[in-house]
Amino acid sequence: MSIKIDDTIGVHARALELRTLRSEILAANLANEDTPGFKARDLDFSSEMQRLDRGDAFSSRVGDAQLKYRLPNQAALDGNSVELAVEQAEFARNATDFQTSLTFLTMKFRGLKQAIEGR
Amino acid sequence: MSFDAIYRIAGSSMNAQTVRLNTVASNLANADSAAARPEDVYKARKPVFASVYENGELNRPAGIGGARVQVLDVVTAGREAVRRHEPANPLADADGYVYYADINQIEEMTDMMAATRSFETGVEVLNRIKSMQQGLLRLGEV
Repeated sequence: MSIKIDDTIGVHARALELRTLRSEILAANLANEDTPGFKARDLDFSSEMQRLDRGDAFSSRVGDAQLKYRLPNQAALDGNSVELAVEQAEFARNATDFQTSLTFLTMKFRGLKQAIEGR
Repeated sequence: MSFDAIYRIAGSSMNAQTVRLNTVASNLANADSAAARPEDVYKARKPVFASVYENGELNRPAGIGGARVQVLDVVTAGREAVRRHEPANPLADADGYVYYADINQIEEMTDMMAATRSFETGVEVLNRIKSMQQGLLRLGEV
């Protein structure tokens, strides 16, 4: 039986990449909290993951993600749609999910190493 | 996968908030400086922020990516000078009037608090991103 690295790592590598892109978008939302007219954006993580899973080599790049605009709970008069608490919560959750994927990957590698060493 | 853009974004945010705090400090410091003529009165300064979208990275079409904050300009807010009757002031004119900048100290203080909070958000983002990247670097160490 051969071990296929791609199958073992599975979805987590792409998830990490997407999480990084999302943290960039959310960091930009947080940075532009005081910029008049700035619209908060985000990407729909689950639909982007599905797109990456079924896509071929050309349509499955993380960089082709679709960005969507956040609907603010209460719009500001200066046209800025960033709500600090919402963005901070999303950013923290995204970072935690990143760590989760990382932990899964580490466990996969540990399993592989044990299999290779025959323990 | 690149963290560079995130560092740039958080850094630009902290830089912009520092400029904002700078103007607040300047406005508060000059709230009580008198002038002999209304033209010479200190004018409150306000920064103008704009967002600059990140693109031009390899393997990534334009429009996908965050946005930095850029301080476009620091403008002087045009409020009328306040005239006060202070005959004892050495700057007073023939009628005993001196002129002060119309700076709303409460407004400046709230601006200062908002700028501080935004700056702290930038620091928080940097810390979080740093730990994410460090975790990624430790991935091979099983």
